Amino acid sequence: MNNSSIGGTRRKVTNGLAMAGLIIIFIAYMFPFIMVVINSLKEKRDIIKSPFSWLFTIKGLSFDNFVKAFTQMDFLNAFKNSLIVTVSSTVLVTLLAAMLAYYIVRHNNKISKITFALMVASMIIPFQAIMIPLVSIYGGTLNVLNHRITLIFMHTGFSMAMSVFMFHGFIKGNIPIALEEAAYIDGCTHRQTFFKIVFPLLKPIIATMVILNSLAFWNDYLLPSLVLTDKELLTLPLSTYSFYGTYSADYGTIMAGLLLCVIPILILYVVLQKQIIGGVVSGAVK
Amino acid sequence: MKGKSGGKDFCGFALPGMFCFFAVVILPFVYGVYLTLTDWNGVSSVKNFVGGANFLSVLKDSQFWTSLLLTFKYVIFVVIIVNIMAFAIAYLLTRGIKGQNFFRAGFFTPNLIGGLVLGYIWQFVFSRVFVGIGEATGWSLFEASWLSDPNLAFAALVLVSVWQLSGYMILIYVAGFMGLSQDVMEAASIDGATGWVKLRSIILPLMMSSITICLFLTLSRAFMVYDVNLSLTAGAPYGTTEMAAMHVYEKAFTSRQFGVGQAEALILFVIVAIISGIQVYLTKRQEVEA
Repeated sequence: MNNSSIGGTRRKVTNGLAMAGLIIIFIAYMFPFIMVVINSLKEKRDIIKSPFSWLFTIKGLSFDNFVKAFTQMDFLNAFKNSLIVTVSSTVLVTLLAAMLAYYIVRHNNKISKITFALMVASMIIPFQAIMIPLVSIYGGTLNVLNHRITLIFMHTGFSMAMSVFMFHGFIKGNIPIALEEAAYIDGCTHRQTFFKIVFPLLKPIIATMVILNSLAFWNDYLLPSLVLTDKELLTLPLSTYSFYGTYSADYGTIMAGLLLCVIPILILYVVLQKQIIGGVVSGAVK
Repeated sequence: MKGKSGGKDFCGFALPGMFCFFAVVILPFVYGVYLTLTDWNGVSSVKNFVGGANFLSVLKDSQFWTSLLLTFKYVIFVVIIVNIMAFAIAYLLTRGIKGQNFFRAGFFTPNLIGGLVLGYIWQFVFSRVFVGIGEATGWSLFEASWLSDPNLAFAALVLVSVWQLSGYMILIYVAGFMGLSQDVMEAASIDGATGWVKLRSIILPLMMSSITICLFLTLSRAFMVYDVNLSLTAGAPYGTTEMAAMHVYEKAFTSRQFGVGQAEALILFVIVAIISGIQVYLTKRQEVEA
């Protein structure tokens, strides 16, 4: 008994230490974000004088930086472009990958086997090993760069392998074939069976894939930078890049611009925190 | 599904997805292998077949080997620091302290933001905030911007990557710790295992599957680092922080040597594939069932 009570206090002490350590690390982690928020509200001369001073010690607190960044970045347009690309690519890859995975699971033929093996193998190919021929083919031979559709198509293609792999595992493990047989007996066509019976059952894995894919599409820089150059079509990361190039000395505006890019995701994160973290964990562990 | 309408099913269900995949991944990959055998500059309509000349140029491209060496150094630092930190933080988080979910969510935040924006945020921190701290305190470490010194700029890259990647790994390690069987932990304690012994002989072997995943993810991500490299240092000062992926990009799209660039990209791919293959093989062998 005595022993356990000693263990109890010791545990309390070590837990207190753990907590203290965590809080210190956590503050260090958040430090860059805090700096961005503080400095986005300051004037340039105050930033240069003392970038880490707290808000109440300076005078020129204002939202001017945000107004400037908002207009100079063409924020609304870039946001709209990012939204269109992300939503269309996500919907497309989710639908096509689910259908393809379903076909592969239910048809054990040569095409299924070869396609699936190729997809699994292709997952280790980094984007950089494909980007040069990709630009040669789509920019040179086909000349279809600078269209949103091209980017959406490429996003879809690149995330296909991973998505099919995840759907494949889920369908194989969780969707009993008896259900589909019952649907056929009741007179469903294959299409109806898939969309009315199977697809709704895929909800958990769809949620995971939508989160993983849309985050990746929203934040991607390299692929969009190769496909889109037309100023009207730039997505948020691309317009951040050109904005930063033009205003790199205007720190306040830059900080406001960066914050504007981050805020939409953070809002979504606060609302969907549980789903996002759950999705990422199950995506990684599989 | 019945075999009779197999063809129709194939067109309706499998073909669209397969088309995207083959057109965007397989076709360019195969075409890329062909590109390494030509002297194409990305613009001209003439492509001459040059055989192995591009690979010979790669051998002579000392900048590529420098950047590859730097990438190796970077990968080693990032993989080790990220995994030790994430493992330790996950361990602390799963001791039943209050606010576990809050911390976990906070640590994950950098992962939600693209590498480009993160790099810019840190560029400001290194070039302004740290310098400001240096001026106020007189610490020589912060006197000048880290980004203007080759060694410190490299350290900055490692620091930012660790900051960015560890949140993701914390999630995976936390899931691993939560999956540890309480019975086994209790049995170990009753048998007198504490602290270091318990960690080494009980926890580490049982966490091996999480470690396999985390090592694999950090390895492949660190090797292909580009966004953060571009926005934080862009290779500066004087190209001393140019990583392999960035060098490949420059070679193809700035120097207009598509064949050489693609040859270097393929070499990089083979190296990454071999190293992560070996890593998965080695760590998988260590995995045990509780």
